[in-house]
Amino acid sequence: MARWCSSRSRTSAISTAAEKIGETVQPYQYVPYTDRMDYLAGMNNNLAFALAIEKLTGLETEITARAKYIRIIFSELNRIASHLVAIGTYGLDLGAFTPFLYCFREREYILDMFENTCGARLTYSYITVGGVTQDVPENFIDVCTEFLDYFEPKIDEYNNLLSYNHIFVKRTANVGVITAADAIEYALSGPVLRGSGVALDVRRAKPYGGYEEFEFDIPVGDGRKGQVGDCWDRYFVRMCEMEQSVRIIRQALEKLRGTAGQETLHKKGKTIKLPDDEVYLEIDNPRGHLGFFVKGDGGAIPARVKARGPSFCNLSVTEKVGKNVLLGDMAAIIGSIDVVMGEVDR
Amino acid sequence: MAPEEIADLLKKQFSDKIAGFTFETAHPRIEVRADAWPEVAKFLRNDSRLQLNFLRCITAVDMLEDEQFVVEYDLFSARMSAKSGSPWTITNEVAIAVKVPRNSATIPTVAHVWRAADWHEREAYDLMGINFTGHPDSVTDHDGTHPRRILCPDDWVGHALQKDYKFPMEYHGIPAVTEHEQTRPIH
Repeated sequence: MARWCSSRSRTSAISTAAEKIGETVQPYQYVPYTDRMDYLAGMNNNLAFALAIEKLTGLETEITARAKYIRIIFSELNRIASHLVAIGTYGLDLGAFTPFLYCFREREYILDMFENTCGARLTYSYITVGGVTQDVPENFIDVCTEFLDYFEPKIDEYNNLLSYNHIFVKRTANVGVITAADAIEYALSGPVLRGSGVALDVRRAKPYGGYEEFEFDIPVGDGRKGQVGDCWDRYFVRMCEMEQSVRIIRQALEKLRGTAGQETLHKKGKTIKLPDDEVYLEIDNPRGHLGFFVKGDGGAIPARVKARGPSFCNLSVTEKVGKNVLLGDMAAIIGSIDVVMGEVDR
Repeated sequence: MAPEEIADLLKKQFSDKIAGFTFETAHPRIEVRADAWPEVAKFLRNDSRLQLNFLRCITAVDMLEDEQFVVEYDLFSARMSAKSGSPWTITNEVAIAVKVPRNSATIPTVAHVWRAADWHEREAYDLMGINFTGHPDSVTDHDGTHPRRILCPDDWVGHALQKDYKFPMEYHGIPAVTEHEQTRPIH
């Protein structure tokens, strides 16, 4: 059977120069560009950049509780939407077509909620410097609770349909094993790192934006179907993370009820000047640690913006795990890492 | 360990190879001399007190008015908690800054210390033109020996994130001029 003897990754050589653009526009104008990096997790990308600017300028203390909870609810909803795509397309990569349709059906409910709130379905620019652009619709809490009640039992359905499917397990268990030591060595993050048994989550280890108030577990790979750190573990961590996201959203919705009437956007967000200083801040995006480095020079436009993309870093491990594997397994490995090319090429 | 304590530790171990500190900032960093950097990096990674095993990011910054590049390495130590089943922790967060003059921007690679540095260094070369000597994935061409490009094509000329970069007006016969004689971006 054909095997990859060695692997050498090439990205697609279409750098979108997002970092260069960051040096020409003001921070609030740059938020839409962050959407387009990881287009499956726009909310999380907006959040990372907004938090970095707020930390740099000291605006973070002035964000209202309401804006914080809305941010958390939307980034967790986006995490579910993103994982649904990851799981659905992973099944598709390995020849299972039906789960893909089910996943997209559920994702549609989340996108509808996003559309009702901010008008966009994919590139939101909703979370911005100083809070969120507008308050949620009046019936949002009810609609969201209804969705969570509908969605939670569906996770078992996917597990029965795909996770424990004999063919799927055969294709993914014991394939593309990444050890915990390798995962740290390559600075992997997100479900890829946690799939290797490393329970590291920035939301818990270095809480940002109010995550310290919430209770949730960090699912890790345990080698249930094969070895720790195989493709199945990485896939299943995503499945478990959706349950945890539902838990966080339920808590956040409760807290959101108590904040009715608060402002959601700080006026300073658009006019703020960046001090002559720099900042590096990381959040946990559905794919891993998304970091933004921003350097100001006293003016309104940053002197340097750098994005540390999780897909970019996670993809680098394919050079190691891709050695001497079957050609068919390569699809399983790359799919399990869940890369978004828009963010690799930035 | 706070960045100040890490700086004390490094100062004791390496004395004048540590060039300075910046703590009054949102991004505390320790400045290390370029030639001593791999040695310091090994220490940071392997010393039992530090164990900075996780290289988050390498950021290259062009300081045109100072005629230098600054390369910042963001590190932390990912540690398993003593109690089994509880989450790992992030400790000893610190950034290392390495400054090099713009006209001879070379820094020894640390890809053998942290494998994660491999792609980050390739990116820093590609977009900022900083040459990481001894990089495991190096190529030799008209620009000399340097890490292989990663985001731009291999035959790309120049480094896009430099402050004085001029956007090429043509690439393999493809003009960067529209039918209305406009160029984009406009210089």
